Amino acid sequence: MESARTRARVSKLTMYVILIIFSIIMLVPFVWMILTALKTNQEAISVDPFYILPAHGWHWENFAEVWRSYNFIILYKNTLLMILFRVICACLTATMAGYAFGRLRFPGKKFLFSLVLIQMMIPSQIFIIPQYLMVSKLGLLNTISGLVFPGIVTAFGTYLLKTGYQGLPKDLEEAAAIDGCNIGQRFLRIMMPLTRSSMVSLGIFTALFAFKDLMWPMIVCTKAETTTLAAGLAKMQGQYGSNYPTMMASAVLALVPMIVIYVIFQKQFVEGIATSGGKL
Amino acid sequence: MKKEPRAKMTAAAKNEARWAWAFVLPTILGLIILNFYPAIDTVIQSFQKTGDFGMGNKWVGLENYKNVLGAGETWQSLLNTIKYAIIEVPFGVCIALVLAVFLNKKLKGTSAFRTIFFLPMVCAPAAVAMVWKWLYNQQFGLLNNLFKTNIAWISDPNLAWISIGVIGVWSVIGYNMVLFISGLQEIPGDYYEAAAIDGATGVKQFFKITVPLLSPTTFFIVQTRLIGALTVFDLMFMVMDKTNIALQKTQSIVYLFYDYAFTKSNKGYGAAIVMVLVAFIMVVTFIMQRAEKKLVFYN
Repeated sequence: MESARTRARVSKLTMYVILIIFSIIMLVPFVWMILTALKTNQEAISVDPFYILPAHGWHWENFAEVWRSYNFIILYKNTLLMILFRVICACLTATMAGYAFGRLRFPGKKFLFSLVLIQMMIPSQIFIIPQYLMVSKLGLLNTISGLVFPGIVTAFGTYLLKTGYQGLPKDLEEAAAIDGCNIGQRFLRIMMPLTRSSMVSLGIFTALFAFKDLMWPMIVCTKAETTTLAAGLAKMQGQYGSNYPTMMASAVLALVPMIVIYVIFQKQFVEGIATSGGKL
Repeated sequence: MKKEPRAKMTAAAKNEARWAWAFVLPTILGLIILNFYPAIDTVIQSFQKTGDFGMGNKWVGLENYKNVLGAGETWQSLLNTIKYAIIEVPFGVCIALVLAVFLNKKLKGTSAFRTIFFLPMVCAPAAVAMVWKWLYNQQFGLLNNLFKTNIAWISDPNLAWISIGVIGVWSVIGYNMVLFISGLQEIPGDYYEAAAIDGATGVKQFFKITVPLLSPTTFFIVQTRLIGALTVFDLMFMVMDKTNIALQKTQSIVYLFYDYAFTKSNKGYGAAIVMVLVAFIMVVTFIMQRAEKKLVFYN
């Protein structure tokens, strides 16, 4: 009995040690990013002595400098607007289509839904060149609309919401039908509110996907004042590549808002990813 | 369409169909304009030589394909992509599985660990890659300073692909872990209790119960991560400078596509690269679906 208890304690300890080691590995890049952002370039590149902490005070002005010289307000605004419009468009179109595919009967349903499934299987790189040419012809290069463009509809979201609607009990809708509600009313008042968790999942997925995307904003928004945070960082790296505190300060500025949102809405984020399982 | 001819539809069924069509219309229209037309257009462009300013494309038949398939760099970047996937997918999956099993044991502090592991998921890869590039810096980077080494992490052609793979693993552990945890919660606790009574220890339980019962989740994760890894772009783009001598040995196939289609503005050649990528991914997907029947255990 005694040995079993000892063994349980040892295995618990082993687990903690492994978890803590991995936590450190996960956190080191973040810590080093923040520490570097607060140093002078001289300190950042001094190997001997090797400064872990900023030796001559914390240089918060690095942030102010990056903020000014790279107009972070505009990058935040562009990123936020792109995310906002993409989330609204994706949720709106996907909830409608998801309801129809999940609950209604209509001719052509199988064929139309197979289009949704096919889109999910094709690698998205095949769409990019023609999408770019369309945006360019429409005169939407370097605009928010151009950034939002490929995200107006979502096959993945349609699939996700369809599954959500299929999981709802049947009698609710039937009762409403007897009360004389038409399909539109049933959808808006009864069914849509019940799929809120699927919608939240889709919203989070869409927002993260848009926030992390690098290639599309680089292609359609080539000017520094029209682009997003991710693509803005790529530009900055080309310009300030060897000023490490500046680079790290801009990385901090780009990452902090999403991290704060994540820490506040952690449960929704984790559940959203677990249920949607979309490829990010 | 054949099953429900129009004439036989009742008024109610017609009404329902009308609503349904109206509801799917935006999505279907969007998919056709934004995805299906572009996919076909890419195929067409892959047979054309791009004229100036996207005007006057000339039909050149298989010339783009001949050039793409004849170029050593195409095969090299395919190989680079596969090498990246060989690091990211197995390590990302195995480490995440172990961590998920630990966190599922209801230890104290589980939620703090989960928060930390998941953190890279909410970070833009562009920023993550920038930070890692700084950690890897040969002269002033943290790694070489800490270990008192002088390793060219990202400019040694034989090492750079591993260094980039490590960033990939670091980035996906949390995502895989979350999916594993939700899979683990579906395994009934009785199985473990029965095994414990029979005297099976933790490690034995892991291989005899957890691994087989979790195989549908594992398969799903491997499949999504594999496709994700084969289309990697951001890490190589941000970490590898144009002048980096290891670039040839690390650039992915999507990087090559971006380079030709948008930096060098040769859309036809870029389109042909995409077609190679699509063919490659189709083959991988096909093999995965074959493997699913053999490897995955469904109740």
